[in-house]
Amino acid sequence: MNTDNKPARAVIMPSPVTGEPLDGEGRLERIARGEIVPSTVHDSVRKKEATLEIQDFNLWYGEARALYDISMIVPKGQVTSLIGPSGCGKSTLLRSVNRMNDLIDSVRTMGDMRLEGSSIYDPNVDVIELRKRMGMVFQKPNPFPMSIYENIAYPLRIDGERNKKVLDEVVEKSLRGAALWDEVKDRLDQSALGMSGGQQQRLCIARAIAAEPEVLLMDEPCSALDPIATGKIEALIEQLRGEYTILIVTHNMQQAARASDYTAFMYLGQLVEFGPTDRIFQRPMLEETESYITGRFG
Amino acid sequence: MPTRLEKKVQKLKAHVINLGDKVEKRVEDAIRAVLERDPVLGREVAESDREIDLFEIEVEEDCLACLALDQPVAMDLRFVVAVLKINNDLERIADLAVNIAEQAEALHRLGASGSVPFDMAEEAQLVRGMMKDSVDALVGIDAPAARRILTVDDQIDAIHMGAYDSVREAIEQDPSRTAELLRYLSISRSLERIADHVTNIAEDIIYTVSGEIFRHNRP
Repeated sequence: MNTDNKPARAVIMPSPVTGEPLDGEGRLERIARGEIVPSTVHDSVRKKEATLEIQDFNLWYGEARALYDISMIVPKGQVTSLIGPSGCGKSTLLRSVNRMNDLIDSVRTMGDMRLEGSSIYDPNVDVIELRKRMGMVFQKPNPFPMSIYENIAYPLRIDGERNKKVLDEVVEKSLRGAALWDEVKDRLDQSALGMSGGQQQRLCIARAIAAEPEVLLMDEPCSALDPIATGKIEALIEQLRGEYTILIVTHNMQQAARASDYTAFMYLGQLVEFGPTDRIFQRPMLEETESYITGRFG
Repeated sequence: MPTRLEKKVQKLKAHVINLGDKVEKRVEDAIRAVLERDPVLGREVAESDREIDLFEIEVEEDCLACLALDQPVAMDLRFVVAVLKINNDLERIADLAVNIAEQAEALHRLGASGSVPFDMAEEAQLVRGMMKDSVDALVGIDAPAARRILTVDDQIDAIHMGAYDSVREAIEQDPSRTAELLRYLSISRSLERIADHVTNIAEDIIYTVSGEIFRHNRP
């Protein structure tokens, strides 16, 4: 996201198998020089039905260009992960989906995204209504300082829902959906802040799915959690798959491998390769992707 | 709620057991084709090998995907690695069953009806039992059962060694039967090779349970 500290050249360690540095056609160096390199998108992804379509999307923080002509789809009912070294723009891209970057004055965008066919960046879009169609889960769990029950009911209440029976139902359904119900059903009136970090994060997921969003955005949802809590979140993602379209940013490559159906590899603001996770992690099309996932650079 | 890895491991297990059942059936049929001089059954075994080959590739791909995507550790890792190897052994056993089945056809063509100079039925019976026990041990991931299988291998080796001498003597006595007798020896050799692969499978089951690499140093 900043032009100043871009590496002049991508340093790639040689492969222990072939002894050659895996830099393919030198894409990483070309990207590092600021050249726009076309993304490699696997054919099998192109054929998928999309919940979200990102179309030639660009973003600048002031003068610094953070995203370059990103075009990709997020397949419906599937888990798509964004991976890449720090500063590759994966979080910026995720936050652009629900227009959280609008909150930063210096941000300027070009291009569009479409949620179920309707434009996200059209000037006439009601951003509040747009965000209701999406759920967002952050790196650090951010429960409201309220009871467990209210964490889910409150957003619905301010949205006009007054019927206690409906609220009760949504709270139970969402907590069940987030695999949390059995742990908290006897203490719904207690403060959410007394829960463990992993439980808080599952509560945030419950809150995010309460409004039945069209897409669930997760920004490194496990980076503040221990391995057991991480395992539970991954099991939850597995369970939500099919019902929800999930876009997840992770700096944990193993997590992308375990928990996602599709993986997009980004580097310095560009989408390098996008394909099914089992292909990306077993036989990526680009040597550059291979270098990154095998830890040769990044 | 089983994790994704647990589900994959279960699926892998079901897959490899299914392959084991199919290969066990091939071995049974090949042995029957020889003992009952049934060239039609022999033909069937030979022709159905392609199915096993495709199945083997599928199991291997599942194992590789599991290793790449799910990062199994400890028991799960040992199991996936064991399946990868067992899969390979099962495919080789199926190939050897084809060899045996082809001998049944060849013996039929030769019109061979003379006596077998060693206890081929006993050798076949032992191999068949070993094969069945190994699939059972795989189902239960049963290390004690796998250890019992290892002892049978020595008996089969002994029969095969004896078969070599018996066949050589029989050829010396009646050289006109050479073609037929060599085929019996070839069958014995294939049975002995099957027992070796079954032994590998048993060792991999022991490894899955104990983490101990059992090969080469067994008592």
